[in-house]
Amino acid sequence: MPDLTKDVSSVVQACLNFTDLTLGYDRHPAVHHLNGKVAKGSLLAVVGGNGSGKSTLMKGIAGLLKPMGGTCSIAAGTRLAYLPQQSELDRTFPARVIDLVSLGLWPRRGLLGRHRAEDREAVSRALVAVGLEGFEKRAIDTLSGGQMQRALFARVLVQDADLILLDEPFNAVDEQTILDLIGLVTIWHGEERTVLVVVHDLDLVRAYFPETLLLARHPVAWGPSRQTLSQENLLGARHYREAWNENAPWCAAEASVHGSHGHSHHQDRVKAGAR
Amino acid sequence: MTMVYDALILPFIEFAFMQRALAGAIMLSLSACPVGVFLTLRRMSLTGDAMAHAILPGAAAGFLFYGLEIVPMTIGGLIVGILVALGAGAVARLTVQKEDASMAAFYLISLSLGVLMVSLRGSSVDLMHVLFGTVLALNNDALILIALVSLLTLGMLGIFWRALVAECMDPLFLRSVSRLGSPVHFIFLGLVVTNLVAGFQALGTLLAVGLMILPAAAARFWTQQVAVMCFLAIAIGLVSSVGGLLLSYHVSLPSGPSIMLSAGVFYLVSVVASPRGLLLSRLPRAVHRAA
Repeated sequence: MPDLTKDVSSVVQACLNFTDLTLGYDRHPAVHHLNGKVAKGSLLAVVGGNGSGKSTLMKGIAGLLKPMGGTCSIAAGTRLAYLPQQSELDRTFPARVIDLVSLGLWPRRGLLGRHRAEDREAVSRALVAVGLEGFEKRAIDTLSGGQMQRALFARVLVQDADLILLDEPFNAVDEQTILDLIGLVTIWHGEERTVLVVVHDLDLVRAYFPETLLLARHPVAWGPSRQTLSQENLLGARHYREAWNENAPWCAAEASVHGSHGHSHHQDRVKAGAR
Repeated sequence: MTMVYDALILPFIEFAFMQRALAGAIMLSLSACPVGVFLTLRRMSLTGDAMAHAILPGAAAGFLFYGLEIVPMTIGGLIVGILVALGAGAVARLTVQKEDASMAAFYLISLSLGVLMVSLRGSSVDLMHVLFGTVLALNNDALILIALVSLLTLGMLGIFWRALVAECMDPLFLRSVSRLGSPVHFIFLGLVVTNLVAGFQALGTLLAVGLMILPAAAARFWTQQVAVMCFLAIAIGLVSSVGGLLLSYHVSLPSGPSIMLSAGVFYLVSVVASPRGLLLSRLPRAVHRAA
């Protein structure tokens, strides 16, 4: 790796490594030529306007979306937990809270492994941690939005993952719930887990997240939250074209037939706070 | 006492055809009802209906070449059913089209082919037989087939239970922790097809799906746990089968519709009288809990 010498964060083990990562739909990129590393144990906020590629990046990391170009590599042996923005959870499914949270045992027990006493204990501990003690037997279609979010966090807890991806987990959730859930995120950070959270509330980011990635399809800035969220960078992020341009010209990097110059035309746009 | 015995027990002791019918119906209930639970929970009830129609050309092809013989008709139905399930499932998974539209397209093509083939030969009596089955004339071959399908279904459900529940409850979650999502979907569609094929000899292609859907739909009103729902559905299926057979015996009604209508009674009672049904959920409750 030639860039190891330049990269400060390479001292710490990288959990995620983006190399010229381009993700998108129908040949239109939503995340364009992203380069960089996420160190193990970092707590990273991913911010940006609607359509800036935040959710797409999460899907790409979770392996639910194949890259159009470049790679996104996760350190070997990393267990991943992903809480999507638009959950496909069927709330009308006949299940109790405890059944929903027990899904989180899959990485540990898989398809056929018996759920042991310690697993049931882990589930009840998770329910206590998210403040849903006593809700075990409630049907999931009776939960409020906040309670459901707590239950989903409990499932992430049970998954016991090294890399946790949370896509807008604080949407439509009241302040008390946000504080409780942020508390969990902080605990995960303390446990050296790598946590990536898509957030809209910049005050929340400044208060709780050491690092921030500001996306506007391409990375506008990436580094310590205060620097990344400077006026200049935020203005820069606002100027990108959100509009879906059907006839957008082919990206130069792609058009040069897998040219070796790659993504350099975007590198210069990564401003203050970039590594 | 003897009257009850005569009405409920004696027919099954006295007549071999009633015993066969009972055995077939019990085995079908054991496997088709839990499959129906997942079919309804996945909002694929009408897919089941479509699949039941879709297997017709396969059965008709067997019928066309070999007459009213179970083995060729079953194999034909199985092949066409799997083709339609795979085709519709693949279109839904790989293109923008959703499963309801692709399934409707495939089954309509399949059904018209089937009717065309049956009409090429034979009278309307034959068509009636294929469409509505005869549980009172199950032969050994048919019983063995039903037994095999039941065993296969219960085995597969046992092995893939957790994946099936996860795929129904939260498919995106399953995709994020495992690659079983797509395979389990196709395994499930396979089970639907095999159960329909097993059921059509007894109940006909049109009614085979009824034993899947009606008990499951009724069971949903009574429970919040999918496992309990499966057991309830099986129980309702069993009682409906026995009740329907007795009804058809005593009043000389066609057996398939009698069984379906018994299950239909369970469904309607559940709709009206269950805790989450029409009546109780509308009633003003005098007392509620403090929290």
